[in-house]
Amino acid sequence: MHTEPLGDRAVLIRLGDPADDGTRRRARAAHAQLKRNLVPGVIEIVPAAATIAVFYDPAISPYATVSNAVAALLTDLDAAPLESPRTVEVPVVYGGEHGPDLQYVAERSGLTIEEAARLHASGQYEVEMIGFAPGFGYLRGLDPRLTMPRHESPRTAVPAGSVGIGGSRTGVYPLESPGGWRIIGRTPLVLFDPARDPAALLTVGDRVTFRPITAAEFHELERAAQ
Amino acid sequence: MSLHVLSAGLLTTVQDLGRSGHQHEGVTPGGAMDPVALRIANLLVGNAEGDAGLEITLAGPRLRVDAPSLVAIAGARLSPSIDGVPIPEWHSILVPAGAVISFGAAASGCRAYLAVAGGVDVPTVLGGRGTDLRARFGGVHGRALREGDVAPVGAQSALAARIAAGIAAGSAGAARWGVGPSMIPAYSRDPAVRVLLGAHAEAIGSAARAALGSEPFRIAADSDRMGYRLDGPQVESESFDAGVVASEPVVFGTIQVPPGGRPIVLMADRQTTGGYPVYAHVISVDLPLLAQLRPGDRLRFRETSLKEAHRLYLARERAIVRLRAAIAERVA
Repeated sequence: MHTEPLGDRAVLIRLGDPADDGTRRRARAAHAQLKRNLVPGVIEIVPAAATIAVFYDPAISPYATVSNAVAALLTDLDAAPLESPRTVEVPVVYGGEHGPDLQYVAERSGLTIEEAARLHASGQYEVEMIGFAPGFGYLRGLDPRLTMPRHESPRTAVPAGSVGIGGSRTGVYPLESPGGWRIIGRTPLVLFDPARDPAALLTVGDRVTFRPITAAEFHELERAAQ
Repeated sequence: MSLHVLSAGLLTTVQDLGRSGHQHEGVTPGGAMDPVALRIANLLVGNAEGDAGLEITLAGPRLRVDAPSLVAIAGARLSPSIDGVPIPEWHSILVPAGAVISFGAAASGCRAYLAVAGGVDVPTVLGGRGTDLRARFGGVHGRALREGDVAPVGAQSALAARIAAGIAAGSAGAARWGVGPSMIPAYSRDPAVRVLLGAHAEAIGSAARAALGSEPFRIAADSDRMGYRLDGPQVESESFDAGVVASEPVVFGTIQVPPGGRPIVLMADRQTTGGYPVYAHVISVDLPLLAQLRPGDRLRFRETSLKEAHRLYLARERAIVRLRAAIAERVA
C-alpha cells in the first residue's frame, strides 16, 4: 500500500493490481477501516477498484498528517474485519425493444440469442467500482465470450435501467444518458434515486446476479416501482 | 422573496459550493466553477459562504426582485445593471422591490455569480442545493433556469440587514461596500495555471510532459461544466494500451491525456472516476482562473509543488476570513 497526493486536496491510496482478488478485498477492508476511524481534516472517502481517494482540507490538516494517519490505520489489511458482501438480484428482460444489441452480442459470440441471455444471466458478478454516473456499478465477472467492443458512436439516450456490456465489463445505466455500451436488456429496478438514502443501490464489493423476467413482468414491476 | 426569471440567459443555474459525501455513489460534487467568486459574493450580502446563488454564463438573465433585497455580483464582468443603471461587481448593492437585474456585454471572463441575501432557497438534495445538470436533480428542477421560473430566496441574516441599513444611510461612497482588488483572483484570458504532477506524468513520456508543461492550449468549443477540451499541440501518451489506465478517482482540475491528442481538464461537474492517463492537477487557488476562460481563450500549465500549492491555499483562506471579519466590523 502506498499514498501519493491527488492534487492539493486529496490523498490517493494505491493497494495494487485491481485484477487481483486479494487486492480488491484489501481495498474494501481499507475503505471500511477508513470509514470507521475519524482522521482530522478528512472530508470524504472515494473508493475505486484498487485505489481510494481521501479528500481533506489543507486548512485543517497538512498532507503529511492525513497520509500518515491513513498509513497507520491500514497496517494489516488482511486481518482487518470486513463484512461479507451482500448480493443484489437484478431482474432483467433480455432482448426485444429493451435489448437492441442482444442480437449483435449473440452473433459475435457465436451463440443464439437465448444462449447469450442465459450466459449473461448465469454470471456471478462483483461491483468493482461506482463511477461514470451516479449509481453506475462496473461489474466484473463477465464470461469472456461476451466481451464486446463499445459502439463507435455512442447512443445519445440509453434508457434508465438498461443493462449493457462494454469491453469485459457489464453494468446497468441508472439514469437515462448517452452511452456506448451494447444494450442487451433492461431492469425495472431503480439503481439511483436522489431522494433515497442511500441514493445508489449498489456499493463497491457487492455481488450481483441477474434474473431473467418476461416483458410482462417488466411492465408490472415498473408500474409497482412508481 | 423570490427572483422572477424574465429571460434566462445562456446558461444560468443555481449553484453552491457543491455536495460532499456522495462521490462514492458516483455523484459529482459539482458546485460553482469559480468558488471564490461565489464565496465573496455571499459574504457581501451577509450570507454563509456556501449559500446557493446563481451561476451566470456569458449572456446573463433578466431577473425581477419582488421585495427589497441586498445582492452582489462577482466573477466575470458581464455588464450588470439594475433597472438599466450599471452597478459595480464585487460590491454589496441594494435593490428595491420590483427592480430588474439585467446583464449586457460580456466584458471579461465567463461566469458571474449573483448572491442574494438569504440565499437561493431551493430544496437540498444529497447535501447540496446546486444543479446536477447531467443527473437532472438539484437547483430548480435539475436544469438551467427558464423564462417564467421563480427562484425562492431565504430570509436575510441580521448581518445583511445591518449592511443594507449601512448602505441606505449612505454617507460614504459606494466604494465602501466593495472588496478591494487584492481579493480578486488574477483572472486573465491567457493565464499560466499552476499544476501538481499526477500519477502518469512520467509514464506519458517526456515529449508529452514537455508539451503539456510549456505549450499554450486553447479552450475548445466543446467545453462545458464537466470538462474543458484543449486544442493545441497533439499530446499522446506513450505507453498505455489503447491510451487507458484502470479507473481511479479524479478531482476538479485533473488534466487527462486521452487517445486522440486533445487533453481534457476536468471541471466542477466531472465524473468521479476516470480511466485516462493523468498528467497533473490544477492547484485549488487557480481553479477560478480556469472557470473564467471562454472557448477560444488560451492557457499554459506551469508545474509547481504541493508545498507551494498549500501555501497559496492557506493565504487565500486567511484573506477570506479577514474579509468576513472586516464586513462584520464595518456594520457592527
